[in-house]
Amino acid sequence: MNGVDLVRSAVSNSLRSKTRTALTVIAIVIGAFTLTLTSGVGTGINAYIDTTVASIGASGVMTVTTTAEETTSGPTEYNPDSTALAVNGPPGQNNTVEAITPADITEIEGVSGVLSVEASLAVRADYVEYNGGTQFQATVGSFIPGMSLDLATGAEPDSASGDYEVALPTSYVEPLGFSSDADAVGSTVFLGVTDATGAASVVEATVVGVTAEGLVSSTSIIPNTALTDELYAVQSVGLADTAKDSYASAVVRFDEASSDEQVAALKADLADLGFDGITVDDQIGAFKTIIDAIVLVLNGFAIIALVAAGFGIVNTLLMSVQERTREIGLMKAMGMSGGKVFGLFSLEAVFIGFLGSGIGVLLGMLAGGTINTVLANGLLAALPGLTLVAFDPVSVGVIVLAIMGIAFLAGTIPALRAARQDPIESLRYE
Amino acid sequence: MPVPILAARDISKSYGRGATRFDALRGVSLDIVQGESIAIVGKSGSGKSTLMHLLALLDKPSVGSVELSGRDAASLSGSLLNTTRNSTFGFVFQQFFLTPGASVLDNVTLPLRIAGIRGAERKRRGMAALEQLELADKAKNKATDLSGGQKQRVVIARALVNDPSVIFADEPTGNLDSATGAVVEDILFDLNRSRGITLIIVTHDEDLAARCDRRVYIRDGLIVDHLGTPATAGPAASITSGAHA
Repeated sequence: MNGVDLVRSAVSNSLRSKTRTALTVIAIVIGAFTLTLTSGVGTGINAYIDTTVASIGASGVMTVTTTAEETTSGPTEYNPDSTALAVNGPPGQNNTVEAITPADITEIEGVSGVLSVEASLAVRADYVEYNGGTQFQATVGSFIPGMSLDLATGAEPDSASGDYEVALPTSYVEPLGFSSDADAVGSTVFLGVTDATGAASVVEATVVGVTAEGLVSSTSIIPNTALTDELYAVQSVGLADTAKDSYASAVVRFDEASSDEQVAALKADLADLGFDGITVDDQIGAFKTIIDAIVLVLNGFAIIALVAAGFGIVNTLLMSVQERTREIGLMKAMGMSGGKVFGLFSLEAVFIGFLGSGIGVLLGMLAGGTINTVLANGLLAALPGLTLVAFDPVSVGVIVLAIMGIAFLAGTIPALRAARQDPIESLRYE
Repeated sequence: MPVPILAARDISKSYGRGATRFDALRGVSLDIVQGESIAIVGKSGSGKSTLMHLLALLDKPSVGSVELSGRDAASLSGSLLNTTRNSTFGFVFQQFFLTPGASVLDNVTLPLRIAGIRGAERKRRGMAALEQLELADKAKNKATDLSGGQKQRVVIARALVNDPSVIFADEPTGNLDSATGAVVEDILFDLNRSRGITLIIVTHDEDLAARCDRRVYIRDGLIVDHLGTPATAGPAASITSGAHA
C-alpha cells in the first residue's frame, strides 16, 4: 500500500463510524480550544509588553549600578570613600547602595564594548503648571536617546536640542487647561523645583509631544537632555559637590547589534569591576517570565484535557480494531505487512487528532476574537492597544502538530494490537 | 517431473502444550503441480483448514517444511512471504470478508491497493476482473447490497485481480444455495482450465470434490486417502502420505 492510499484508507475508515469518531473529536476539540485560548492570552500579553518596551528604554542601553554587598552576615562595613544612597525598594524597605561617582564612570568607559557612559540624573519636579492654572504633582521620567515614546501626538523631546523640551502624558492635557492633545503641543509649561536650600524656582519648558497611555510611563513627564540637566542643576543648588556628583545609576550605551553573548561578556566585565548591568530585555524578561509561568499553568490544564481525550482515542481505535478484526486478517493474508497495518491505524488516530485540533483551534480563534471585542469595550477599555488574546501562526501550528502527536501516541496501542494480529486467528470461523 | 508449485514435506502442526496440546496435523506430505485442481476433503476439525493455511504460507509448520517452487518457505523473508501471498495467491473464503461500507470495486482492488499499484491502473484491472465475472454494472454498489452469489463472485474477482497462479478456496460454496453454488463452481473450474490457475479447494462437499482432478482425504491430521491424478503432469506416485491410518 503506498502512502497516499494509506492516508486515504485511514481517513475513510475513521469516517466509517461517524458518531464514535465525532464524540472522540469533541473531546479533542475541548482540549485544543482551551490550549488555543490560553496560549493566545500569553501571546497577546507578551506582544503588548513588546510594543511598550520601546517606551521603557532603548536597545543597546544598559543601566549600571554598583553591586550590592552581601548582607547576609550582618550590616555592611562603612566605606568612607563611597557615598551611600537610599534607593526606593519594596514598600517598607529602602535599600542602600553605593553611589556611582565620576571616577566610576571613567572606569566604566574603559570597559571594552562600552560606547559611552552617562550618569542618570534623578530629577524631581514639585509641580507642573500651564498659564497660571492649577498646579499638578509631576513625576519626571528619564529619556535616553534612542528610546522611543508611544506618542499620541507631536514629537519626541529632542535630546540634541539646547532648548528645554518636554513630553506630557495625555492624562495631564485637559487638567492643565488644554483643549486637546494638539493644542498642548508648542505651548510653554512651568515646572516647579525646590533646591537643597529650600528655595523654590521655576523652569520653563516647551511641550513638543503628548504620550499615549500605556502600561509604563503613563504618568511621567518626559524632559529632553537639556531640560534634565537644567532641572538637576536647579535642584542641586546648595549640595556639596560629592553629593551632587553621586548618582544612583549610570546608563551605558553599547552596540545595538551586539549578540546575547557579547552583552553577557560586557556584563561580566562590569561585574569584575563591581557593577551590575541590567538591560531593558532583562527588566522585561522578568515581567515576561511571570506571564509565561501563568500561561504555562493554564496550558497545563488544557494538556490534562488533551491527555483525557487521548484515552478517548485509544478507546475508539480499540473498538475499531475489534470490529475490523476480519478485515485486518484479510489484508494481512493478502500480503499487507504488519508495519503498514500499524501505519493504517496510527494514521487514523492522527487524522482524528487533526480533525479535533483543527476544529478546536478555529473555535478558539473565533472565541478569542469575540472576547477581544467585548473586553476592548469593557474591562480593558483603559488599556488601549492591548489585544488580550492574540494568535501567531507558529504557536497555532505547534498546537495542531502537538495534538496530532498526542493522537499518534494514543493510536500506537490499538495500532500495535492490529499489526500483531494473526491472520488465521482473525479469519477463523470453523 | 516438473517442480511442484507447492509441496508439503512431512508437516505437523500442533497448538498449545502439555495437557492442552492439540495436534492439528500429524505428518502430511503433498505435492501440488501448476495447473491442477485439488480438493482437500475432510470433516470439521480434521485439519484440512490448517493444511490450507500452511500451504498458503499464512502459518509455519511445527515440524517439516512447505516448499514454494522447490524453495523452503522457512528460508523466505517476511516481506517476500507477503509479496508472494499478494501476487501469487488468490483467496476465496466461505464467509466473503467483504468490507461492508466500501464499493464493490474497492473491495475487488484491495490486493492491488496492498501491492501499492496506482489508482488508474488499479481501476482498469479491477473493472477487467469484474467484467470477467459479469459484475461490471455493480462496480459502484456497496458490497452489502449484493446477493450471496454476487458476493461470492466479487470475492472471486478479488482473488483474480492480481492474476495469481494459485487460488485457495475454503468452502467456496458453503454459504450458497445449490444453484448459485454450481455457478460459482463453474467459474472456478473454468479459470482452472482456461487460464491454468492452480485450484486448491478445501471442502467437505463430495460433489464439489468430485469435480477436481485430485482429492485428498484428511482425518485426524493425516491423509487417509487420495484419488485421481493431476491433469497436467506427474504420476499419482508423487502423492505421498506421511502415515496411513
